[in-house]
Amino acid sequence: MWLFALPALLINVCIILIPGLLTLMAAFFVWDGVGTPAWAGLANFHSLFDDPVFWTALTNNFIWTAIFLIVPMCLALVMAAALMMVPSSRIVVQCIIFLPRILAAAVTGRVFQGMIFSPVTGLVGWLNGHGLSISDPLADPDRSLYAVAAVDIWHWWGFLAVVYFAAMRQISVDQIEAARLDGAGFFALLRYVLLPGIRPTLVLMMILTVIWSFQVFEFIYIVTQGGPANGSEVLATLAYRNAFFAGDIGKATAAACVMSLFGLCATSVYLWLQTRDSASAA
Amino acid sequence: MTESRLNRTLCLILIGVASFASLLPIVLAVMNALKTTVEISTNPLAPPRQLHWENFTSAWNNAALGPSLLHTAEVAALTIVMVCATAAPCAYVLARQRGRGFRLLTFYFMASITIPVQLYLYPLYFIFAKLGLVNSIPAVALIYTAMFSPFSIFLLRTYVVSIPYALEEASEVDGATAWQKFYYVVLPMMRPGLLTVAIIVGLNAWNEFVIAVTFLQNDSNVTAIVKFYNLTGQYSTDWGEMLAAAVIIVLPVVLAFVLLQRRFIDGMTAGAVKS
Repeated sequence: MWLFALPALLINVCIILIPGLLTLMAAFFVWDGVGTPAWAGLANFHSLFDDPVFWTALTNNFIWTAIFLIVPMCLALVMAAALMMVPSSRIVVQCIIFLPRILAAAVTGRVFQGMIFSPVTGLVGWLNGHGLSISDPLADPDRSLYAVAAVDIWHWWGFLAVVYFAAMRQISVDQIEAARLDGAGFFALLRYVLLPGIRPTLVLMMILTVIWSFQVFEFIYIVTQGGPANGSEVLATLAYRNAFFAGDIGKATAAACVMSLFGLCATSVYLWLQTRDSASAA
Repeated sequence: MTESRLNRTLCLILIGVASFASLLPIVLAVMNALKTTVEISTNPLAPPRQLHWENFTSAWNNAALGPSLLHTAEVAALTIVMVCATAAPCAYVLARQRGRGFRLLTFYFMASITIPVQLYLYPLYFIFAKLGLVNSIPAVALIYTAMFSPFSIFLLRTYVVSIPYALEEASEVDGATAWQKFYYVVLPMMRPGLLTVAIIVGLNAWNEFVIAVTFLQNDSNVTAIVKFYNLTGQYSTDWGEMLAAAVIIVLPVVLAFVLLQRRFIDGMTAGAVKS
């Protein structure tokens, strides 16, 4: 029977597990990617912690986590509850808000750069010409992280709303009708019936949000490359640049380890929940 | 009664605003793909006065989008085949076997879903460079297979669980081996699951950025996403042409989504909805 699982396992071990373990090892060596690695102890971690950019990146990862635990969550919950209240054209609306999720990050990133944020060709530029004075947020180190987060939120929140809506549909109709007959308004219904009803889904999505927030790379690398002046730097972009542009594999792998360590806490909660569920389902 | 009508109106307004926000960047991109760059900078919100289809022909020719789209299709097809071939048998044993070893294997695949690319990317790159596998499309498809198969295994496992075990028992009586049971009894019934997996894996491979941009550096074998990324810097000037290229790359995905939206949505939200 093991033969059935062997090909999938073999590919996974060769591509993910072994290189993953090598990363943990490489963090303790000095290596430029070509020559012989030399033992370095904690030197890579010291040089990482001495780098102020590392602390900017780590802070940005925490800010990113906080943003994504709040903004898309609230948007999606309110949207899903609104869909519960309106019985018509649900499928069309779901498709529309899901659409951004299937578009490639590289394309979405560029479209936002050109059509939304650009002071020349974008919405920002148009608003500037119509009395509002906003500068290009991508050129501002203090705002670039939030601008990229806005792109990722656009891409992500509709998917989340569809997930929550699917979960809310599993709540018994009687419960919702009873609350309505008792005169519960929109927010009372959301607070006392819908939210408790989708708690397992909500918890799972929050844990996944934490895991993904420490891995975030694509949108930031595509839109700002971590800049300007490291304003939108996160651990993943820091690691990537160190590995492929600065040739400092030790520092890159050390940053990858730090970022995995934070994800690991959330991952263990995720695994505990998932195995508990699959055990109870069996 | 009036309050509930007010609620309903507010909900409709909310849904309208949300749909508008989701569509706005897409509409702007499509609209401006048909304008000249001068027209775009004059007013990005105005509809095109004249349809400049030449943006599309010049994007297609200047960027050599044709060959790179072919590479994207190759990577996606190879990945789909490899994921289906390896994940289906694996999902079958994980659904049917109860031993401790298989429970550990389930745990391992679950854990590998949450491992960040960054944790294995760097050694993988240098290993592949040493083996001469950088700039190879099958090598990229192999990495995608490893990345996307754990999710596929869990999706397919739920399909296997829903197939009545009695069918396999019946074939056992007829003397079927484990492989025959899988191939002749279970696999045909997994078809809808395999179709969903093919769609999701194909979508992910089509859109993937990090691995593609790292492992495909030769302009002659990049995927469409990498080609697009390399062509368009942050301070790109020819926005009309760039947006036309964006529309060309995204169009197959959107068409597939419109035709098969239920499968896209069900497949991508699978595992996220808990009861």
